[in-house]
Amino acid sequence: MIDQETKKEMEDLLKQAIAPIKDPELRRDLWPQMLNKLNEHPAPAQNVPWFDWALAAIAGAALIFFPGIIPALFYHL
Amino acid sequence: MELLERFAAGDLDAFEVIFRQHQKAVYAWIVSIVRDTGIAEDLTVETFWRIYKNRFRFHPDGNFQAWARRIATNAALDHLRHARHETELPENLPAAPVADSAVRLETRDRIRKAFYELPGKYRLVATMALVEEESYSDIAQAAGISELLVKVRVFRAVRLLRKKLSSLGLKVNSQ
Repeated sequence: MIDQETKKEMEDLLKQAIAPIKDPELRRDLWPQMLNKLNEHPAPAQNVPWFDWALAAIAGAALIFFPGIIPALFYHL
Repeated sequence: MELLERFAAGDLDAFEVIFRQHQKAVYAWIVSIVRDTGIAEDLTVETFWRIYKNRFRFHPDGNFQAWARRIATNAALDHLRHARHETELPENLPAAPVADSAVRLETRDRIRKAFYELPGKYRLVATMALVEEESYSDIAQAAGISELLVKVRVFRAVRLLRKKLSSLGLKVNSQ
């Protein structure tokens, strides 16, 4: 591990080379840019992750190929 | 219906209100990570696009600002990981006064070079912890990692920087 003294020295060096940013101001409203992005890449109405679809497919396949598990499934539900 | 509920339900007007309320804070957070105003503007838009895309996952009782900051951090980190060329600090950024003006320009260039060559995840924590002096807990929350991992990454970043500076002919606390 690096000692605190080295860390402090590095911190001081970094601050002299890369000064902290003080109160950065946004120079323009970004909403028009946001609207353009939404028009170009519309967000889906309902975003379902791919693994949810995969899980549903696996469950469906299991029920089709192993119908014997259906009563067990109902029992546990 | 509350504003955040309307946003989560996909109301674009509610999203616009939230966007205007939070765009400055999100931009300020991102610019402190990527240190480039133009890139920070693009990443702010990208962040809000991700926010809108994932609005169904947001619980209206949750902390929107913390959620937005986490998405912004991920967007900034994605940029740092994929940005091949070093990003110079633009002169138009309002920077705090440098304490020690005796550090020569050449030395500063070496430090910058070493810093911008750090892998994204180390550059992120080094910037926020060592330059911007954000607390470890704030960094951990924004990056979605534990405070312990933040500390580990800060120390690794310092070690990497020391090695890089050493190879560039600048010794830091050589033991």
